[in-house]
Amino acid sequence: MATDQGEIRYLTPPSVEIRKKKYCRFKKNGIKYIDYKDPEFLKKFLNEQGKILPRRITGTSLKFQRKLSVAIKRARHLALLPYVTDLLK
Amino acid sequence: MQKQYEAVFIMTPVLSDQQMKETVDKFKAILTNGGAEIVHEENWGLKKLAYPVQHKSTGFYQLLQFQADPALIEKFDVELKRDERVIRWLTTALDKHAVEYAAKRAQKRSGQATEQAAAPAQETQSETTENKEE
Repeated sequence: MATDQGEIRYLTPPSVEIRKKKYCRFKKNGIKYIDYKDPEFLKKFLNEQGKILPRRITGTSLKFQRKLSVAIKRARHLALLPYVTDLLK
Repeated sequence: MQKQYEAVFIMTPVLSDQQMKETVDKFKAILTNGGAEIVHEENWGLKKLAYPVQHKSTGFYQLLQFQADPALIEKFDVELKRDERVIRWLTTALDKHAVEYAAKRAQKRSGQATEQAAAPAQETQSETTENKEE
């Protein structure tokens, strides 16, 4: 009986997933200034449509998310990044 | 009190190389005549735009970094706006972190592009120290 129960538990998807802790890459790497002239770097924070990814996905701290959004918007103004697109990557 | 600024502007691809250089020289002259000091400049050449601007899909990018009085920036922006050869521009003030970053970038660029006596010497020094650490 004990082994049966064990098997049943095993068949159900494991409830506890080991999730990697998100971190702010700017804080971790000591980046103080986000350059709007580097579109390849900024593309890491955009989705395929060229929208800015939310903090809950990238893990960026609020301070740098604000700076990041300004940098992306400047890059868009200078036609380094598109405002809207279908397939960015 | 002078502040450090950075201007990026895009010129139409219709221009020849000569005309493009003349345009850049014109804006540099405006800055220097207004009492500004140009710290660094970069020409990124003809680049593809991410979206069409004034029905153009490419443009000449030019970056200027300079120390200037805040009063000059307004005049400079007006000149950029009036010039038909410039299709897009952005002038930003640099804070202390940005100045630090800009200096690093300028050093890197000068080391790559023109073989100046000072920059490569510093680089080799830093390289040797790195090797020792390893």
